[in-house]
Amino acid sequence: MTTIRVLIAKPGLDGHDRGAKVIARALRDAGMEVVYTGLRQTPEMIVEAALQEDVDVIGLSILSGAHMTLVPRILTLLREQGMEDVAVLVGGIVPKEDASALLDLGVRGVFGPGTTTDEVVSFVREIVGDPEAQEAS
Amino acid sequence: MTDIKTQKSQWEELVLGPVLRRFPERSANGGEFATTWGEPVERLYTPEEVEVDYGHDLGFPGQYPFTRGVQPTMYRGRLWTMRQYAGYATAAESNARYKYLLEQGQTGLSVAFDLPTQIGYDANHPLAEGEVGKVGVSISSIEDMRTLFDGIPLEKVSVSMTINAPAAVLLAMVVAVAEEQGVAAKALRGTIQNDILKEYIARGTFIYPPKPSMRLVTDAISYCTAEMPQWNAISISGYHMREAGCDAVQEVAFTMANAIAYVDAALATGQEIDDFAGSLSFFFAAHNNLLEEVSKFRAARRLWARLVMERFGAKNPASARLRFHTQTAGCTLTAQQPDNNIVRVAIQALSAVLGGTQSLHTNSKDEALWLPTEQSVQTALRTQQIIAHESGVTDTIDPLAGSYYVEWLTDRIEAEAQAYIQRIDDLGGAIAAIETGYVQRAIQESAYRTQRAIDRGEQIVVGVNSYRSEGEIELPRLVLDPLGEQAQRDCLARLRGRRDEDAVQRQLARVREAAQGNDNLMPILIDAVKAEATLGEICDALREVFGEYQQVTTI
Repeated sequence: MTTIRVLIAKPGLDGHDRGAKVIARALRDAGMEVVYTGLRQTPEMIVEAALQEDVDVIGLSILSGAHMTLVPRILTLLREQGMEDVAVLVGGIVPKEDASALLDLGVRGVFGPGTTTDEVVSFVREIVGDPEAQEAS
Repeated sequence: MTDIKTQKSQWEELVLGPVLRRFPERSANGGEFATTWGEPVERLYTPEEVEVDYGHDLGFPGQYPFTRGVQPTMYRGRLWTMRQYAGYATAAESNARYKYLLEQGQTGLSVAFDLPTQIGYDANHPLAEGEVGKVGVSISSIEDMRTLFDGIPLEKVSVSMTINAPAAVLLAMVVAVAEEQGVAAKALRGTIQNDILKEYIARGTFIYPPKPSMRLVTDAISYCTAEMPQWNAISISGYHMREAGCDAVQEVAFTMANAIAYVDAALATGQEIDDFAGSLSFFFAAHNNLLEEVSKFRAARRLWARLVMERFGAKNPASARLRFHTQTAGCTLTAQQPDNNIVRVAIQALSAVLGGTQSLHTNSKDEALWLPTEQSVQTALRTQQIIAHESGVTDTIDPLAGSYYVEWLTDRIEAEAQAYIQRIDDLGGAIAAIETGYVQRAIQESAYRTQRAIDRGEQIVVGVNSYRSEGEIELPRLVLDPLGEQAQRDCLARLRGRRDEDAVQRQLARVREAAQGNDNLMPILIDAVKAEATLGEICDALREVFGEYQQVTTI
């Protein structure tokens, strides 16, 4: 089977990258190809990177409260590029009402504080239909 | 000492041994008992494990090496400054929160700026969209700063500002607004964080490359030394590196390594250590491991004192006083069972007080979920007041000194931190260590280890990986007005419409010219903000000359 490819991105001006780096490392340790964008990415830069890297999943990390501005824009750009098949996950400080709204807009999963890296790894495997997901879960 | 050694081995054989054979000790965190940086912790500490030379290692409060505190009376004279970090939405809303906090007995202000302000963008910059007023207050011009401090007497209330890359510009705004209030710069008390190195490492609000950034830092240090003797020109911060995942030893070590780089930079501009050392302050985190944290603060004080006197050859022992602010650890707060956070914050705050902090911010229980409500901030402030007035720990100075364990920890943290400092020296100093990603990688490694230990249940987080409870929590939430961002943009547009545009352009040209030379930028920045040049315009003028930092990405 092909290796799962993941882009971990930090949209907006938020500098908190502990979670993004921990998740990137955990997904890599689980055998995935992971690209980390670094800080201060615009929605355009993120979608462009996802296109160039041909990823299956985009993991967005936001702790600044700007998620309701930035995430919908990324989803729109992905649709415009015909990349609806790329799964978008969000991690960070996202209040419950906002998480529901993001899921309604097409985000596949929202992960808050207290999530284990194992949960994220299993979730990613499951949504890309990886046969290993059965074992992992 | 042989006496105690003999007695201890007798105790181990006759008293302890039989008990251990019947009741083995539990394992801690899935393994041996250990410090958070992984060093084994003994069952019992006695004079056998600790060699303290009282005069050399501890001394007296207010005297070198300041292990026991920086003031001769500590909290018997004056309590620490209770300073809650706050700021959101517009200057007017933050101003109201500050007045509320002062009414509740808070004794100093601590301003949180939003991300656009921290990165030198005005509220109407395209990259600011969605971020205006979110994690702090939006300040684009002197007009906003005027509103922020409206009705707050700057000669009485000390003001700490978490601002780094554009710190000099925000400091210029404070000086200008104080002048309007009739308060001279000399009378102002406060702090700008102004610690750019940890932004490259952990916090992320950098603008310019290291070299011009260090020039901005040293310009502020030299200006404050000359004009604002009661102002801390920098708050050298371990807090954010700790939040990014490093351990207690690394927190002390990386903070000191950065401090060494700032001192070297200031010395290179021709300033004398004894002239500017008094304008340097520090900022640490307070975590849950109570005794380790208390020891960390004591070790940091002693280590800094020795660096200042031995490495930098200061003549005046007062130059070697490490004064610090503490904030309880945001990364230990849990979204699950948020009431538990009140208890964590109380333990952490206690460690800061037992460690001799000069000022303290206590986190609110809801901060793993959203910005804190007024009610939760009040509880956090009350936590400090209970420690101050009910716990009794403020009655005597450095009350844990002489504890064998605390003195052992203090020694170990100092020694381990020195080893890191040596490694960073060998790499060519803090800036070189940041540019090669050494410091970032060390922090990431610690962060990943911690996360895996929590995932595996080896490190217990109550309410998260053990003692979980079912059901959703319902807490009141602070919701920001979504129209605030537009209001801030409109306000800025009005300012741009009515100001003297020629004067603004003249001042911006002066900023560009001065940036190319070597003169202190502070007086020119003060003129520019008075002419109503905006933060974004001034930072852009500096971007033209200095360029922008390209992040070293390490995973």
